[in-house]
Amino acid sequence: MKKVLIIGATSAIAQAIAARLAQQGAQLFLLGRSQSRLNLLAADLKTRHGASAATGVINFDDFSTHAAAIAQAAKALGGLDAAFLCHGSLGDQKACEKDFALTEAEFRTNLLGAISFLTHLANFFEAQKSGAIVAISSVAGDRGRQSNYIYGSTKAGLTAFLQGLRNRLHPHGVNVLTVKPGFVDTPMTAHLKKGLLMATPEKVAGDIVRAAEKGRCVLYTPWFWRWIMLIIRSIPETIFRKLKL
Amino acid sequence: MTNALQSVESWGRFPASKSRLLPVVWSSDTLPDGGGEKILARGLGRSYGDCGLNDNGVLLPTPAMNHLLDFNPQTGLLRCEAGASLDAILQFAVPRGWFLPTTPGTKFITVGGAIANDVHGKNHHRAGTFGRHVRCFELLRSDGSRKICSATENSDLFAATIGGLGLTGLITWAEFSLRKISSAFIETETIKFASLDEFFEISADSDAGFEHTVAWVDCLARGKNLGRGLFMRGNHAARGPLEAHRPPKLAMPFDFPAAALNSASVKAFNTLYYAQVLGRVTHSTQHYEPFFYPLDGLHHWNRIYGRRGFFQYQFVVPQTSDAAALREIFERIAHSGQGSFLAVLKMFGALASPGLMSFPFPGVTLALDFANQGDKTLELFRELDRVVLAAGGRFYPAKDARMPAECFFQTYPNAEKFRTFIDPAFSSSFWRRVTQTNL
Repeated sequence: MKKVLIIGATSAIAQAIAARLAQQGAQLFLLGRSQSRLNLLAADLKTRHGASAATGVINFDDFSTHAAAIAQAAKALGGLDAAFLCHGSLGDQKACEKDFALTEAEFRTNLLGAISFLTHLANFFEAQKSGAIVAISSVAGDRGRQSNYIYGSTKAGLTAFLQGLRNRLHPHGVNVLTVKPGFVDTPMTAHLKKGLLMATPEKVAGDIVRAAEKGRCVLYTPWFWRWIMLIIRSIPETIFRKLKL
Repeated sequence: MTNALQSVESWGRFPASKSRLLPVVWSSDTLPDGGGEKILARGLGRSYGDCGLNDNGVLLPTPAMNHLLDFNPQTGLLRCEAGASLDAILQFAVPRGWFLPTTPGTKFITVGGAIANDVHGKNHHRAGTFGRHVRCFELLRSDGSRKICSATENSDLFAATIGGLGLTGLITWAEFSLRKISSAFIETETIKFASLDEFFEISADSDAGFEHTVAWVDCLARGKNLGRGLFMRGNHAARGPLEAHRPPKLAMPFDFPAAALNSASVKAFNTLYYAQVLGRVTHSTQHYEPFFYPLDGLHHWNRIYGRRGFFQYQFVVPQTSDAAALREIFERIAHSGQGSFLAVLKMFGALASPGLMSFPFPGVTLALDFANQGDKTLELFRELDRVVLAAGGRFYPAKDARMPAECFFQTYPNAEKFRTFIDPAFSSSFWRRVTQTNL
């Protein structure tokens, strides 16, 4: 992976992915909402790793701009080997329950925006007959729970979309990796208590880059979430509905 | 969802405190709105007392705001965001042949915290405080203004912010110079001394030839053993590998029961620690990690003091020929039977800090840990306070959780002037305590 586009590059996990790829000598195109934040990230990658990263600003919720952003990245890098889709929001479940407009906004950002990018990326890589797509979904998409089923259902939709996409692109030499992180210690989760299950963005990013290089299909990170979610998925619905999860 | 009050501890785990947390991640972002409550930046929480706490207010955790922004490999000038840790900076700098200009006894602090407490280290007699090496920084004030501060630009605010305990605004990024090294190793000498007089002699002899000097003292020894200890001095090796340290592997998994630390166990530890060094002078070559950061290898070592936490008591007094104040303090501590493994003695040099509220001045500083035994411990501190004040000494806010207002205002003559630079949206538990307001 030499020429890499990172979408939602200023999220904590994306920053750690960018650092790891820069360390390995990749050329990066960083797409994010805020130019000043992108400048800080690019300065860090240059200072620490001597990497020169190009940047682009985008409004993720304006889907009409997505195709042009991908083309801009491919042009700036002189091609594209891989794209990491990292943007997303962890909305307020309680507020969403009371207000559909907020739920709709969560779906636009986490699901529809992701599908828009994935559609353009899939067509680009399919025509190229090579490439890798890495998208950050979540363990929350493995089962709907009362505490965060809005976020969870956006991620469940994304996970299903990625399954189909992987199936479609496999014959064309394009790999699709679905990443399901557990709790990651980021500003997005600053209000949660830091338990033993909490992983650092650096640890998670290392797992993601390795899995992408190996052409894996689904990654739970840290690894133990595969087994936690297996148990959670196996609980019968009649019992599950009584649990406070 | 980020609005709930959470328990926040400082390193000494006293006092208890609750705050709302609003992390800052990007130096370019606007200042978070405290919603009418006072705000305070918080780094890695290594201040011992309450200067990093803001009970019932808002804390702005900065460790995610940690981007390195520029480095000049010719001059060693580094610009980084204020939440960058000294740990991360060493990882970056050491393989490139650079080291921190000065460092306290832990690398788990942020650059912002190093400036706000104007920290010092074993090379104070050569390098002065951290603030001396800061060329400039940006201060984000609650009126939305961004002030670039240096010795020539906004110089008043520059001076007020160095040692300003985070009260003058949010430090977003800073530029400071690193020190060139040719090796990650330190050539060290450990010298046994039997008395305070010997300590002063060795210290005076070491200043010219050694960049780093510090001493451990057995604060429970009395009579003819009073002031005995180990003097450690060292220089960066002229040649050797430029390997950065590795992350710590060990952590204290639980709180020690309070009874584990008592005068007998501490006395036994101190006697053994002193006796384990056999010859008068021992030479060795050590990696910088165990030399500068012996306790960083054990995460959460503060749990050794149990749930009730502990106090650190650090002061500086001018040097006098008979060191009467220091002797009296050692006598009183030994007499009280309270005291600790970690009694650190060091001569400060004459290099002045640019900071208005900087702690060090020329003289001798002593830092001691005391398990929190309630009134008994506080009563001892009141005794020691009187000796320090009478000797013209001063206390270190970064270590303090209990000094009375008069101890602070009497020993920091610039405090009234400093007040005028405090940002109205900022406050801390420490500041409210020493100014006796409930704001």
